[in-house]
Amino acid sequence: MIRPASRIASAAAAPALVVVLLATLPVWLGHHPYYVNIASQILLWAVAALALNVLVGYAGLVSLGHAALLAMAGYTVGLLLQAGYGHLAADLGAIAVTLAASAVFAVLALRSTGVGFLMITLALGQIVWGIAYRWAGLTNGDNGISLAARPAPFGLSLAGAEAFYYTALLIFLMALVSMRILVRSPFGASLAGTRDQPRRMTALGFNVWLIRFLAFLASGFWSGVAGLLYVYYHQFIAPPAAALTASAEILLMVISGGAATLLGPIAGAAIVVIMKNVASAYIERWNLVLGVIFILIISFMPEGLVPGSVRLARAAWVWLRARLPGREGRYTQERIS
Amino acid sequence: MSLWLTLAVNSVALGGLLFLLSSGFSLIFGLMRIPNLMHGSFFMLGAYLGVALLARGINFWIAALASAAAMALIGGLIERVLLRRLEGQVLPQVLLTLGFAFIIADVCLMLWTGDPWQPATPDHLRGAVQVAGLYFPLYRLVVVAVAVAIAIALWLLVDWTRLGAMIRAGVDDAPIARVVGIRVSQLFTLVFALGAALAGFGGVMGAPYLSVYPGLDFEMLPLALIVVILGGVGSLLGALVGSFLIGFLYNFGTALLPDLAYVILFLPMVLILVLRPQGLFGKVTT
Repeated sequence: MIRPASRIASAAAAPALVVVLLATLPVWLGHHPYYVNIASQILLWAVAALALNVLVGYAGLVSLGHAALLAMAGYTVGLLLQAGYGHLAADLGAIAVTLAASAVFAVLALRSTGVGFLMITLALGQIVWGIAYRWAGLTNGDNGISLAARPAPFGLSLAGAEAFYYTALLIFLMALVSMRILVRSPFGASLAGTRDQPRRMTALGFNVWLIRFLAFLASGFWSGVAGLLYVYYHQFIAPPAAALTASAEILLMVISGGAATLLGPIAGAAIVVIMKNVASAYIERWNLVLGVIFILIISFMPEGLVPGSVRLARAAWVWLRARLPGREGRYTQERIS
Repeated sequence: MSLWLTLAVNSVALGGLLFLLSSGFSLIFGLMRIPNLMHGSFFMLGAYLGVALLARGINFWIAALASAAAMALIGGLIERVLLRRLEGQVLPQVLLTLGFAFIIADVCLMLWTGDPWQPATPDHLRGAVQVAGLYFPLYRLVVVAVAVAIAIALWLLVDWTRLGAMIRAGVDDAPIARVVGIRVSQLFTLVFALGAALAGFGGVMGAPYLSVYPGLDFEMLPLALIVVILGGVGSLLGALVGSFLIGFLYNFGTALLPDLAYVILFLPMVLILVLRPQGLFGKVTT
């Protein structure tokens, strides 16, 4: 009777500890705006990576056009604010536009799966990039759109680094909780079913297309939310936000951390953001580093860093245990007997 | 009138370049079932190499062939050493090519800086030819002629030689092709190198009027994707028709509605996806 209770306690303790740690993070970072801003960036990209993970991890559909959805939300906010709308209206409009774009993306890309899906999302993403870049009358082309200020919901200004961090943290936790609910729900189970056995799922009477479509909308919604965080964090959006490089970066976060896990994309976002900041402090060649990491991870740890490290650690443990002198004797004894 | 004619000539020339780019892409995709996301990078790297060779006063055609050979070597090595290790895992293979695309883009930026390079059109290809009272820029006609010649050569190779029969067998059913004794994995290397060479050659051919600049790779890649989605995977005829279609749409779109050129490119792709997902000349695969 004691064991389940303690197990529940320890199961609740770890997340609570993490939340407390995250909530007090600015204190640990010495209230240094630079580090707090990096933490905010990690949170905002973690939301984007969690959103993409719905498709890549749980639906088995690899999208290379998600930065376009994120950028679309950002651009919509920028354009609506320029047009004189308030922040709330602009945010709601951005989410609506992103959902509509996700629906269009999904209808087209879901004509195919696997590599075909990847190609179509890539082409669609490049088209959004092309519009952002070429349609200067609407998007201001290469110069991008600047936001005058961050919003101040309920009179709380988000202008400071820490105020923004707490907003990002709140939204990140909401995204994480909703992902957990989604993954553990019957819908999440049927989504994983469409990934592993689409034909059997069809035979069982599930509408595989509709399940994938809804997953795409969920992914698009959180990508839009990440886009809002992005545009408010930078107070600026320009075509590179929609580029293939950006989509590939989000995908790298998901894959490097470990797709189809809840924590993997978050770890991946942290790794990529920290690497990007560290790398750009020393070298200009971030894309080179990005490409090399991509290739190394795909070649040596295709399942991602979190599951991959667990695998390597286990292998190392087994290796070590077999070589511990005390144990070795016992092993041979067991074998003999 | 002359505006329309110029646009039409440019469209046909771009179509020729796109064919050089997308025929290799289509063959690779057809045989290996992976979209080679560094195909645009081969085009750009080939163009940069061509520019570097031309700057040393090397003959244009030799520069183009040398650059194609270099791309074949690089492509063949990447296939042999890295892609081969991941055989059967389509997604990691695709992502590996994407990783290389980033590396190539950054290396090119490092070596050739961010400024655009535009080699001079070779002397003997300069000027215009007069046909039926109308002047046509010679170089663009040469590009088209070369593309058509390569299209015919590829068609002869694929449809009329033993090697071509083996490639077609690999495209149709790789496991069965293996069973009857075709070394499909050698074909993979060969086709990958051939596709890379074609892209590199196309890059050099395109350099005198497209110019070479950072970002050219990811501008060409979606065009190749759209051509192949339009024409059908693994179909040379599809790549040819798709290339000229996109060549026309791109030039006329850019001239008439510059803001929406990309959207116009994308409309036929949407139509094809909705009405005929296997592409105009693609086979239905199960």
